[in-house]
Amino acid sequence: MDNELRSAAPVVRESAPDRSPWTPAVVPIVDRRQETGDVFTVTLAAPDGYRFRPGQFNMVTVFGVGECALSLAGASDEPTLRHTVRAVGSVTRALARLRPGDRVGLRGPYGSSWPLDQAAGHDLLLIAGGVGLPPLRPVMYHVLQRPDVFGRVTVLYGVRSPADILYRDELQQWAKQPGLKVWVIVAQADVAWRGPVGFVTTLFPALDLNPSTTWTFMCGPEAMMRFAARLLEERGVPDERIFLSLERNMQCAVGFCGHCQFGPEFVCMDGPVFSYWRIRHFFTIREA
Amino acid sequence: MSGAEPSPVVKRHAFLERLQEAQRQLLEPGLKSFTAAPGEYLAREGEPAHAFYLIQSGHVAIGTHLGERGAVPIQTVGPGDVVGWSWVVPPYRWQFDARAVDRVEGLFFEAAWLRELCEKNTTLGYQVLKQLIASISSRLAATRLQKLDVYG
Repeated sequence: MDNELRSAAPVVRESAPDRSPWTPAVVPIVDRRQETGDVFTVTLAAPDGYRFRPGQFNMVTVFGVGECALSLAGASDEPTLRHTVRAVGSVTRALARLRPGDRVGLRGPYGSSWPLDQAAGHDLLLIAGGVGLPPLRPVMYHVLQRPDVFGRVTVLYGVRSPADILYRDELQQWAKQPGLKVWVIVAQADVAWRGPVGFVTTLFPALDLNPSTTWTFMCGPEAMMRFAARLLEERGVPDERIFLSLERNMQCAVGFCGHCQFGPEFVCMDGPVFSYWRIRHFFTIREA
Repeated sequence: MSGAEPSPVVKRHAFLERLQEAQRQLLEPGLKSFTAAPGEYLAREGEPAHAFYLIQSGHVAIGTHLGERGAVPIQTVGPGDVVGWSWVVPPYRWQFDARAVDRVEGLFFEAAWLRELCEKNTTLGYQVLKQLIASISSRLAATRLQKLDVYG
């Protein structure tokens, strides 16, 4: 057990701006982009004084429909806020129908963030599955703006099919950066696909991994994260340096309602980014 | 596919490195290197499983033919991985195709030679099978997750 590392790697919890937690700011949509068949990115104007850290999320209201938690998918220093969303529920489907100029409610930012300061000077391994890539994109922007701060950076991105790949152009740009490797793997290939086929863990044997210097950030389906974390531990990566972002039914986002409770943790406040060491015992408990 | 005796410096692979030095020495006489051009088949479904491949660079698509859909890759394996366990299981015929996606370099054992060695030296055979089962196990787990379609 590496107590020093555990005490040195707290997840940073950020508080929302000085506004009633229940009162959303009203902001316009300034851009909208269709990423794949059912995934889109909305860009919102940021309220005055708004700042976030990579890994955090906002609560976005579609007036007359409802509110949902959306992870931040843009750079933390840009003047607008980007959310990449899959249209799967009533709120996200309604959000998908809105266009630039329409207004939404915004509360946030909420939650913990990726421990980028602690990971500085080390190798980074980012593992994303499906729409788990957007919460990791702010990490990539952070890294790209600071090329000398991190060691080797590897991105493993698993998706269902080539048609589901998000941010294709950016992935290609990232892959051209020195010291940065990007591998995209699809579970179902079409005839045109020339890249790897399989689940994202299929890429692990080829990973040139130094367990003593690697910090891993993961976001994707929990089954993916469970298996990936287990395999990383087998490769010697300490659970204190494996971080994952959880998704739960977040409603109040400020720890009042309890809908997102996960063991003793509230995902909205203590997460969504957790160290694997902190939650591993709850991670394998089956939900009733 | 072309094959040759590998020089000592290229006889490295995760599969071999997990074995003890004495076991590696027993295996070394049968170790050969190969290269495969993109599109070249290392294995064809139904044909004799003549080799056990250790991939050092490049990628190999494991797949099958599905009528009008043609050759469908199911899984791709790359550096550090192995290809082929049909050489262990009678009647020693490949169950799937294995095709080089890009230029592939690696090592291989002749199946008959390796089987005979493992039969004669069951301690070595057990260690080889243990390593092989570790690969099969992780590949199977990945395939199960792939089948579950968890990405949504």
